[in-house]
Amino acid sequence: MSDNETDADSATGSDERNSGEPTFEATEYADGTVTYPPHTVGPNGAERVGTVDLREREGRVVTWTTSTATPPGVREPNTLAIVEFEMGDGYDGPPVRALGQIAETGSGDADADEQFDVDIGDRVEPVYADELREPGAGIREPESQEWDGFRFRPVEE
Amino acid sequence: MERVAIVGASMTRFGQRDAWVRELLAEAGAAALDDAGVDGDDLDHLYVSNMASGEFEGQTGVPNALAHDLAAQPAYTARIDQTSSSGGAGVYAAWQSVASGASDLTMLVGGEKMTHRTTAEATDVIASLTHPVEYKQGVTLPSFAGLTARLYLDEYDAPRESLGKVAVKNHANGVDNPHAQFQKEVDLDTVLDSPTVADPLRLYDFCPITDGSAALVFCPESVAEEYAPDGSYAVISGIGGATDTHVVHERADPTTMGGVVDSSDIAYEMAGISPDDVDVAELHDMFTILEFLQSEDLGFFEKGEGWKAVEEGVTDRDGDLPINTSGGLKSKGHPLGASGVAQVYEIFKQVTGDAGPRQVEADTGLACNVGGFGNCVTTTVLEGSQ
Repeated sequence: MSDNETDADSATGSDERNSGEPTFEATEYADGTVTYPPHTVGPNGAERVGTVDLREREGRVVTWTTSTATPPGVREPNTLAIVEFEMGDGYDGPPVRALGQIAETGSGDADADEQFDVDIGDRVEPVYADELREPGAGIREPESQEWDGFRFRPVEE
Repeated sequence: MERVAIVGASMTRFGQRDAWVRELLAEAGAAALDDAGVDGDDLDHLYVSNMASGEFEGQTGVPNALAHDLAAQPAYTARIDQTSSSGGAGVYAAWQSVASGASDLTMLVGGEKMTHRTTAEATDVIASLTHPVEYKQGVTLPSFAGLTARLYLDEYDAPRESLGKVAVKNHANGVDNPHAQFQKEVDLDTVLDSPTVADPLRLYDFCPITDGSAALVFCPESVAEEYAPDGSYAVISGIGGATDTHVVHERADPTTMGGVVDSSDIAYEMAGISPDDVDVAELHDMFTILEFLQSEDLGFFEKGEGWKAVEEGVTDRDGDLPINTSGGLKSKGHPLGASGVAQVYEIFKQVTGDAGPRQVEADTGLACNVGGFGNCVTTTVLEGSQ
């Protein structure tokens, strides 16, 4: 399952095959389970053995909401979805999911563009955003974490 | 292990208060000491449940400040922070201190000062409990509620109106609670027509931002009558604490709160009861959807059936299992560190027959205090002494 062996603690890694392009990094553990984000050990206590790039996986919307009361530095409104990734027939671990913003329909200007409509069960794919939320606008120390990551957009049928 | 009794209880008025956190804690603490008929220097241990006085107000070290204000030195003090379940975790710590024999008299005071902050700021302080991959997406606790409510309604074919009926019920209960932030009924149309916050949830599906404090005094059951000679004390017959995943989307079933299941299993076993034996319950209705989830995960109703209980009036004050007779967080308010303490205050009042117009027939009551979005949970079972 693993794309790479790693012990990195980042949930947005760097693609070694295409230097500089961010990856959507989940972690695989010795018992075959995969989680996003990575943890020190897996759900059953197994050690980390590698990473899986979720960019290459399609997902389905488990549920979604549009938040109209957003905290400082967050686009308003902010449509969020929990997405479950398709991990293939060989995977029998717990579901691999991510919480993410729904992408804008146009230029990517969060303040100007509408966000895609999604519904439960819709197929979606990750799309990279270099800043999901304005660092330093909220209470979290800007240097304490990354602020880029992945949104989701519907897959055209 | 020594059985533990509660022999004193108090709470301040919840709402928008001029007082700051030190003053709120002292107000509730002094009243609880008075209720138990003891002085500050009688205490062996003094705990303060508080999530974020440093972040909200720039005041840290609140247990020591409270001990000084109540002349409780040299009592051992500690601050208990478990986010929204700080109050329940404080009950656990206070129970543990007496049950273990480390303390013969313990007071717990929970409190928070929040309303001087804007809604956006307060929401962000609370959302700071989330994992970095959640926080950067702009998630808030209300948005977790919206995500879960949509899934619940879809999976269990529940009508949107059933969530609104939780708000209507709890506001009706709050009318008779002089400590509640809102002592005002709301009708279903008002709930359903209120502004959307995290759809499908609307403004009246959410608890308010609140200032307030509550306090409890604990001692060994064997000496409880020294403090409460009329028998007006309650016994903690069961208590359990548990955690679920930090990252909410990693839960196997997003409509199940594993911490509620696990903590209540422990509490029921310790008390030697089943969910059917509970006469009254205070649940953590920070959002209306949480009352459904907890009432199911506590074993009161089958999974996916909690909404029907509300529709059928089972959880009304005059129903078979009254839930949130205090008005719940929804109507009473939610000063983070105080809420779990105030839940036990209400159950204490119910099982000692001192709940006034809110009184229901209750020998055994349960409080379920939830932190994060089910991340940490304490479930407490109380029984009246008589």
